[in-house]
Amino acid sequence: MEQPQTQILAHKPAKPVGIVGYGAYVPRYRLPAREVARIWKGGKDEAPVREKAVPGADEDVITMSIEAARNALARARIHAHEIRAVWVGSESHPYAVKPSSTVVAEAIGAPVSIQAGDWEFACKAGTEAMVAAIAMVSAGMGRYALAIGMDTAQGRPGDALEYTAAAGGAAYLIGPAEESLAVVEGTYSYVTDTPDFWRRAHERYPEHGQRFTGDPAYFKHITEAGKQLMKDLGVTAADIQYAVFHQPNTKFPQRVGKMLGFTPEQIQPGLLSPVIGNTYAGAAMIGLSAVLDCAKPGDRILVVSFGSGAGSDAFLFRTTEALVERQRLALQTQDYIARRTEIDYGMYVRLRGKLAD
Amino acid sequence: MEIPRHWRLKKQRYSLQGEICPHCEGKIFPPRDVCPHCGNDARTTFTFSGRGKIYSFTHVTEAPAGFEETAPYTVALVQLEEGPVVTAQLTDVQADEVEIGMPVEMVTRKIRSDGDERGIIIYGYKFRPVMQH
Repeated sequence: MEQPQTQILAHKPAKPVGIVGYGAYVPRYRLPAREVARIWKGGKDEAPVREKAVPGADEDVITMSIEAARNALARARIHAHEIRAVWVGSESHPYAVKPSSTVVAEAIGAPVSIQAGDWEFACKAGTEAMVAAIAMVSAGMGRYALAIGMDTAQGRPGDALEYTAAAGGAAYLIGPAEESLAVVEGTYSYVTDTPDFWRRAHERYPEHGQRFTGDPAYFKHITEAGKQLMKDLGVTAADIQYAVFHQPNTKFPQRVGKMLGFTPEQIQPGLLSPVIGNTYAGAAMIGLSAVLDCAKPGDRILVVSFGSGAGSDAFLFRTTEALVERQRLALQTQDYIARRTEIDYGMYVRLRGKLAD
Repeated sequence: MEIPRHWRLKKQRYSLQGEICPHCEGKIFPPRDVCPHCGNDARTTFTFSGRGKIYSFTHVTEAPAGFEETAPYTVALVQLEEGPVVTAQLTDVQADEVEIGMPVEMVTRKIRSDGDERGIIIYGYKFRPVMQH
């Protein structure tokens, strides 16, 4: 049944909640796009990003999530034993069966009386976990819930995705509004069955629908989710200081921002894909952490993720006075981006385990 | 496969969880339930800050079985800020950057895989140069 146009579809938390702590992580290695073009395109190709972040040989979604979660805890200034949920969203969990979340929970000192689980929804697994964390805290099932979006994304050698499939992400501790550095004003999600990108069980690399990934997938879902949320909350792009979108490359988030009425200045602080690549489940979440690092109290931030398959989660946050003192309590997103060791394609092949036996 | 041993050691390996002596306040790592400073019972849990300095180090190019994936790497004796000295791999650092006295911080990383890609993944502490912020 068609829903009437006037219906309010956005969710406002029953009990006010927000972000009490956040933390980013990006590994130190960078593969310049020109290296990929050198190997596969004779050096001549228009690359979708400048370079991408590559994990070290001893890093995976679990280790990266642990560091981001520790940064979030440092900013929240709470002890881990107060957490009631540890959720990790990713499409590169180290195990097919055995949760990443239990290792993360144990490493950060979370108690045994928690919800724990791994989430999968391509690039929006982390924001899906964040919606659940907001609901859980708002429902009074726990004072704090931890939602993480983190990936070490897979790109088939020579495929267009090899330029961008990167590693990184961020962790968010959701808690009561009165302790928050950014309060949740509302959320809205838009989901359809759209086969734009997938990876079958036991396959190492994903497949994608080429140009089909654009209009019917990325642009449709992000604009529907973003428009509905802004309409229901009675705000326009002019009422919002920053907008962060899922960022599979440099152009898509810029174009979708323009479609929703945002200026390049509103997009720029959260647009990290040119320098770290597409961090999949981490992408929108680490874009938000970069914005929180530089936002001022009272700023409104719109975040809209996109996960293939397909769906978008939209959030509107409003920062509080508590933000400023917590920005410096842990490493900032740009600290990790500035820590940069360039590697060539040969080292990339070794670090990502792409050599056949 | 040594699953029970890895499972038993997870707290100290993931987060440098040791002990503090209730009699002489000595900080103990790895945990051993008897204070090496005063000889009394010491079972109170204490989580170390993870900050320390390099006391000494060596470079490993011929790695033992199970550690080949990250070779060459540096192994260091790290003097923790709270006192104890621990042996650990360094990570996120070039061999020629390492110096005695260098400030380092603990990170939790993959140590090795138990067996091939079918076995469990062992996580634990390593140290990297302190990141400034």
